[in-house]
Amino acid sequence: MATKQTQLLARTLLSPAVVLLLVWMIVPLALTIYFSTLHYNLLDGDSGQFVGLDNFRYFLTDPAFLASLQNTLVLVGSVLGLTILLGIPLALLLDQPVIGRSIVRLMVIAPFFVMPTVSALVWKNLLMHPVSGLFAWIAKLFGLIPIDWFNDAPLFAIILIVTWQWLPFATLILLTALQSLDEEQKEAAEMDGARATSTFIYITLPHLARPITVVILIETIFLLTVFAEIFVTTGGGPGLQTTNIAFLIYSQALIQYDIGSASAGGLVAVIIANIVAFFLVRIVGRNLEA
Amino acid sequence: MARMATNRRVAISTIGAWLAGFLIFFPILWMVLASLKTELEAFAIPPSFLFFHWTLENYVTVQERSDYIHHALNSIIIAGGSTLIALLIAIPAAWSMAFSPTKRTKDVLLWMLSTKMMPPVGVLVPIYLIWRDFGLLDSLTGLIIILCLGNLPIVIWMLFTYFKEIPRDILEAARMDGATVGRELVYVLTPMAVPGLASTLLLNLILAWNEAFWTLNLSTLNAAPLTVFIASYSSPEGLFWAKLSAASTLAIAPILVLGWFSQRQLVRGLTFGAVK
Repeated sequence: MATKQTQLLARTLLSPAVVLLLVWMIVPLALTIYFSTLHYNLLDGDSGQFVGLDNFRYFLTDPAFLASLQNTLVLVGSVLGLTILLGIPLALLLDQPVIGRSIVRLMVIAPFFVMPTVSALVWKNLLMHPVSGLFAWIAKLFGLIPIDWFNDAPLFAIILIVTWQWLPFATLILLTALQSLDEEQKEAAEMDGARATSTFIYITLPHLARPITVVILIETIFLLTVFAEIFVTTGGGPGLQTTNIAFLIYSQALIQYDIGSASAGGLVAVIIANIVAFFLVRIVGRNLEA
Repeated sequence: MARMATNRRVAISTIGAWLAGFLIFFPILWMVLASLKTELEAFAIPPSFLFFHWTLENYVTVQERSDYIHHALNSIIIAGGSTLIALLIAIPAAWSMAFSPTKRTKDVLLWMLSTKMMPPVGVLVPIYLIWRDFGLLDSLTGLIIILCLGNLPIVIWMLFTYFKEIPRDILEAARMDGATVGRELVYVLTPMAVPGLASTLLLNLILAWNEAFWTLNLSTLNAAPLTVFIASYSSPEGLFWAKLSAASTLAIAPILVLGWFSQRQLVRGLTFGAVK
């Protein structure tokens, strides 16, 4: 039984973390809200007056916002779809009896540990360069015209790079889930004469529903703020073709120095992320009961 | 009866898995190969896969540029410092929540998790301005603080899930034997918690090493870690593929090794215990 003394001790041990996280959560967010109501430009000496919701009106009606919102949704949606559609067969394959499975696993997981600036630059130059890149050489081997990735399909190029980085994560989680699937259940289905496809649809897939949800939610949180990959490859261009919300806010804040509008955009990003977080916290919370 | 894997099935899945693994790993392999070529060969079309003039000169060049070591040291200081400080704050917190839970413990944990969901770009503006006013821009201290705060929720969560698995009976037995809280911590809990601590440390070193939002935005030169150093190769005049590859290989090699060791903990840590 916990005595008063241990309760006090427990609270004392917990408080530094709680206080720090509270400050970390409240102070910047409060400042963001405050700045978002000001006309505030670092290049404009005359700034600081209260403008109400003007920044939001400006940010939300800016054509760049709609373009970047669309880019963000396409980027997040495509990477989610690709990592899961490729991750499921890959995890199923790695769950089979494979000679040297641990080595294959290492190769599959490796991209996840590559820092974003490295993977973006290696893909952009060594692989996707329209003249000297490996893809261009392969295209020419087959008599095709090489794609100028970052001019003709810049967003798709970013999607490919980010997918490569996140496919290991999806695969690893799905594989971990598959390995906890009860082998006897599958055997029983096989004894009853179930075909491989129906075993997959009626036993494996329902078992994967939860890990797939977890993959979707966690990837979404990270993918909503993809930044470094865009920063080192396209700088948001050509035009606005690869500007996502994170990059738009960055460029308004640190390139145009429009603090007010960038803050309004930051709040929009927080709201979008919160919608996702709401569902993730519920799922993880359910797990805490067990 | 266990299902017998037929030879044919093993052969097919082995070939398929190795092919998929090779394809996914290929960009890294290609980068390592390019780092061993001369600049001309790295650019050459058709590319040479193995029969080129193998050389380590790019590594020497990158190493000779003192700024490479400078940035590597920054990476070590930032990743190591932020992880250690986060652990120092998180260990007592996780210990207290795992062993003296109250009615509110679950809410506190979920609230901590929710702070991790805040997109960094949402608070970029105030953080940038506060850092500017306190002279923390482009400083190691500034980056250590921000990465420590950013990863603190994950550290607490991971430690909590590990501590929870330590059987309570052992603690009670120790208490019955008259162990004080201090002794309990040193002789009973610590040895049992070491594996969990090690995994948490490892995963957070990796996350901090590869962090590329705050490092790109809050540092330029003095405090710039490897993420920022590599980004400097994105300028058109800096396009030396062989040197870019050598620098990149050096930048990812240590973390790749650590990552391979911690792949199991990775799932657990990044899903906040939702998938084990």
